Amino acid sequence: MTDSKKDYQKILASVQKPVIGEAGKTGTWSILKPIINLEKCIPVKSGKPSCYNCWLYCPEAVITRTIPPQIDLDYCKGCGICVEECPAKAISMEVVKTE
Amino acid sequence: MDIVEEEFINPGTRMCAGCAMQLIYRFALKALGPNTILTVPASCLTVLHGMQGFCSTKVSVLHTPFATTGAAASGIVASLEEKGLADNICVVAFAGDGGTSDIGIQALSGAAERGTNFIYACYDNEAYMNTGVQRSSSTPLGAFTATTPGGKIRPKKNMPRILEAHGIPYVATANGSYPIDLYDKFKRARDIKGTRYFHILSACPPGWRFDPKDTIYIGRLATETGFWPLYEIINGKFVLSQPSKKFLDPAKRKDIEQYLSAQKRFSNISKQDIESYRNYIRDQWNEIKRRLENQ
Ligand SMILES: Cc1ncc(C[n+]2csc(CCOP(=O)(O)OP(=O)(O)O)c2C)c(N)n1
Ligand code: SF4
Ligand code: SF4
Ligand code: SF4
Ligand SMILES: [Mg+2]
Repeated sequence: MTDSKKDYQKILASVQKPVIGEAGKTGTWSILKPIINLEKCIPVKSGKPSCYNCWLYCPEAVITRTIPPQIDLDYCKGCGICVEECPAKAISMEVVKTE
Repeated sequence: MDIVEEEFINPGTRMCAGCAMQLIYRFALKALGPNTILTVPASCLTVLHGMQGFCSTKVSVLHTPFATTGAAASGIVASLEEKGLADNICVVAFAGDGGTSDIGIQALSGAAERGTNFIYACYDNEAYMNTGVQRSSSTPLGAFTATTPGGKIRPKKNMPRILEAHGIPYVATANGSYPIDLYDKFKRARDIKGTRYFHILSACPPGWRFDPKDTIYIGRLATETGFWPLYEIINGKFVLSQPSKKFLDPAKRKDIEQYLSAQKRFSNISKQDIESYRNYIRDQWNEIKRRLENQ
């Protein structure tokens, strides 16, 4: 006997699985990448969790709220927002070769 | 910072670099949490969720045809009520400005009039972006789009006002450049019963024609010029949000030309249209002042 309820579900709703990199390694979209100068970074300098503007404004959520903040360059699209929003001017865009 | 650590969007989405909508969605989902069911009509946000088989978000999303967002949400709410789950799960419709102010307005108005227990959030990038920048009723005066090559002749439709006229308990504006304000508002709205409406300005680098690095800066200018005030209307009471408070003083507002000239979509705007913006902003703030004084 067929399970008609299951069949309907298959036709009406494709159940999608959450994955990282649904669109692939989006880090390849740009060769310019944000690099943090740790000597200028506020939480690194103070040793206290603070600032994190880069974490706040990154649309991709690829920056950690840690000391020091870390950027996942495999998925960073290189928009440059974090550079603009860092109050300490600690981030700059540099050419980073990814294989 | 007491913002939730968990992210509900996995990195590696199809959204453009510098997309404010993804930042808006990121903080909205953080505030809403895992016990949320979303429904989304055709838009850039559909694409964010991914293609067949895989998705980039960790929440349940029902993709729905363009005109039906309000109706789809009503259906989800009804089924949760039937199953006795309505108190635990928050139903949220998330749609673009085309899907809200043009194509979905009927279903949205119907759901709001019925007092459906859900949040409706419109991210407003001020055109049909996913299909190549066609004008919507939310496109602002003077903006170039593929269907307004000489700049839009009509001003932007005021959706928050239309929703307020439905007598719903919560209406709020927000802006991708103020993620903490947005997060706090979603947290507040989550605990209110009835229809709750968000209208969120969402800067869009390719559609508005600016460098992706300037997304936050441009969106912020919309509020700093007084064009996009941040507020809530909670059970009829008008509350000006913290980032907008100082702009009650006209001297604190930046000139609208700063906002317009930073985006190439306004590169051919006329002097007359710029004057219309100045008058619009003046009138809008006079009204805000009146409301604050008379309540
Ligand atoms: C009934 C119907 N008409 C047209 C389309 C094509 N379409 C898909 S997305 C889109 C643009 C939506 O604009 P908006 O709601 O502003 O969201 P945005 O793409 O700007 O994020 C259009 C016209 C469709 N999918 N269904
Ligand atoms: S460049 Fe853009 S995507 Fe990359 S870390 Fe900075 S804000 Fe995030
Ligand atoms: S915004 Fe700049 S100073 Fe602040 S945490 Fe990030 S890198 Fe450090
Ligand atoms: S077109 Fe605009 S709204 Fe759509 S993904 Fe790109 S930046 Fe985001
Ligand atoms: Mg749009």
